[in-house]
Amino acid sequence: MGLKRKDILAIAEMEKEEIELILQTAESFKEVSTREIKKVPTLRGKTVVNLFFEPSTRTRTSFELAAKRLSADVINISTSSSSVVKGETLLDTARNIEAMQSDIIILRHASSGAPYILARALRSAVINAGDGSHEHPSQGLLDLYTIKEKKGGIQGLKVVIVGDVLHSRVARSDIHGLKKLGAEVHLAGPPTMIPLGIEQWGVKVHYRLEEAIAGADVIILLRLQLERQGKGYLPTLREYAQLYGLNSKRVALANNGVLVMHPGPINRGVEVTPEVADGLSSVILEQVTNGVAVRMALLYLLSGEKS
Amino acid sequence: MTERILIQGGRIIDPAAGRDAVGDLLIEEGVIREIGPRLSVKGSCQKIDAAGKLVVPGLIDLHSHLREPGFEYKETVATATAAAAAGGFTTICAMPNTNPINDNQSVTEFILERAKAEGKVHVLPVGAITKGSKGEELAEIGELVAAGCVALSDDGRPVMNSELMRRAMEYAKIFDVPVIDHCEDLNLSAGGVMFEGEVSTALGLKGIPAASETVMVARDIALAELTGAKVHLAHISCGGSVHLIREAKRRGIAVTAETCPHYFTLTDDRVRGFDANAKMKPPLATRRDLEEIRAGLADGTIDAIATDHAPHAAQEKECEIDHAPFGIIGLETAFSLSLMLVEEGLLTLPALIQKMTENPARIIGKKIGQLGIGDRADVTLIDPAAEWVVDAGHFKSKSKNSPFIGWKMKGRIAGIVLSGVWKSADAEAGR
Ligand SMILES: [Zn+2]
Ligand SMILES: [Zn+2]
Repeated sequence: MGLKRKDILAIAEMEKEEIELILQTAESFKEVSTREIKKVPTLRGKTVVNLFFEPSTRTRTSFELAAKRLSADVINISTSSSSVVKGETLLDTARNIEAMQSDIIILRHASSGAPYILARALRSAVINAGDGSHEHPSQGLLDLYTIKEKKGGIQGLKVVIVGDVLHSRVARSDIHGLKKLGAEVHLAGPPTMIPLGIEQWGVKVHYRLEEAIAGADVIILLRLQLERQGKGYLPTLREYAQLYGLNSKRVALANNGVLVMHPGPINRGVEVTPEVADGLSSVILEQVTNGVAVRMALLYLLSGEKS
Repeated sequence: MTERILIQGGRIIDPAAGRDAVGDLLIEEGVIREIGPRLSVKGSCQKIDAAGKLVVPGLIDLHSHLREPGFEYKETVATATAAAAAGGFTTICAMPNTNPINDNQSVTEFILERAKAEGKVHVLPVGAITKGSKGEELAEIGELVAAGCVALSDDGRPVMNSELMRRAMEYAKIFDVPVIDHCEDLNLSAGGVMFEGEVSTALGLKGIPAASETVMVARDIALAELTGAKVHLAHISCGGSVHLIREAKRRGIAVTAETCPHYFTLTDDRVRGFDANAKMKPPLATRRDLEEIRAGLADGTIDAIATDHAPHAAQEKECEIDHAPFGIIGLETAFSLSLMLVEEGLLTLPALIQKMTENPARIIGKKIGQLGIGDRADVTLIDPAAEWVVDAGHFKSKSKNSPFIGWKMKGRIAGIVLSGVWKSADAEAGR
């Protein structure tokens, strides 16, 4: 069983059934990581390229580990976006990589839509590992997986996403995935960080965190790019922490058994206090573990379609 | 050069004269000699059968980017004017954002010489408002006008400093030339690559709010009122601007406006899929804005249809949308796209022709865009029923950055008469 598509570019484009298939497949791969020899021969002979135009140790390592556990050959290429001003370089780089017989290219890029250029031009499957402020589908899928694993299902849950939604690709992927699987999605953040027209996606927007959290089953905190302060988005980090930082008092407004999630890396004391980040509700480290299983599932499903 | 041309049996539409009738048109020694239901001509004469075709004044584009000097890899005076001729234009205004910028006599003269040597249509240069279009000091406007500039604009950029814009408008009054503004608040649009709204949110692209245009439209109207100068607003794209201009005209302020075919044909939805050929400035807006632009065309709020023909090389557009330049070509598709407004009953055919001939001519104060006896013979022949498909391989423009490639259109340009010389589109295309 494979996917109906050549590439994984955005959760916005996926059918509910495809998402469910990926989550199911991830479940079987999670078991592999608990074995003594954490390796299966599924992708033997395949070449997976990690093409990162933006630094991200976390996502790159997770994809690398996923590919290696499936016995693929992995090549890591990191280039800084700043040295690549002209778009032809992106296509040229990708064409060169494909000439080396790559099967799957995992692309991380600072510009929204960059993976679409590759997907249109190349024979290789392309996985979007985060493009600008557009989407980060594998992160969205691992969030869905984690919620489903902990809560038994997603339908009907109240999920609150907190922070800089405007610039967050994780938020976009999460919202699309959660809505498709039947969750009730609320957003909380300063109006300067809530993008125009997002209500049309069927989410509820709050400017006060307490109001959003009341009765929540899941709280997903977004990473705040610290340089946003002083650029008109925020007066100070201190004020952000006061208005939108998650502390134990605020967690208490949520439902019992609430999950606290964060795509990492955390700014402790800004998005979340240390006692919450390391507390009982936090599933932040489990997200990391599940990330490998979800990415194994994506690699497996994409290559299966091709063979 | 043929001395005499007789265009026979076409539907002659000349909005300036209020003419719309089937008949013949005689051209002699480069000027229009006679118009009548049926003309009999003695002696040798080139006859053009125009049965079923429209015979209209040569179309005028107020807003083209020719890219020469400086960006010849995108377009040249030769290729831009060839594209213009293929699109039915006989006169195009050349925006000054070349390299060097057309902010002095020598650049104006260079463009005019180029046009004379290898131009396929008439070229009227637009001079910069400020030196280097930097928005800091006035250019030598008197010298620019003396050299042949018909209007002033820093297009590509607004004049952000309102005080300087006021002085430019006041100064332009000496020469009775319009000041054409590219309405954009650079602070509101900074970093933006498309219209700010639900689609930019979905794509995660930085948006440009409609207010970036409307705050400048409002400012320019206030300055037009203050100075009494002729102010022309370029490429109006959103509903808010239409409202402001309508109200200004109602109050008798001397402001005119143009829009471009893409703003009444496409919406920001076209950016989905991240196609850089849908990236332009101002950006494609919403369906509601599109409807307001159409309403503004229908009720006369928007005077003219211009192309904002902005050629860019393929490699510049085949990239991340963040890095791609703004703009699309438009000379070869403008008439057919505009004809849809007639098909949809929004404009009569004469009203459409007026927005592409008489009105642009009035805005730049030139006695062109009409078919009066004794006028220079610039005429466009159009087969309104003929269908064609936009094919990148057929563009005369050096660049192919059009979002309309593959579109099926109605209204083929049969050819133009340029200063009394007939140029059949088929002959130009080698058909
Ligand atoms: Zn402009
Ligand atoms: Zn322009």
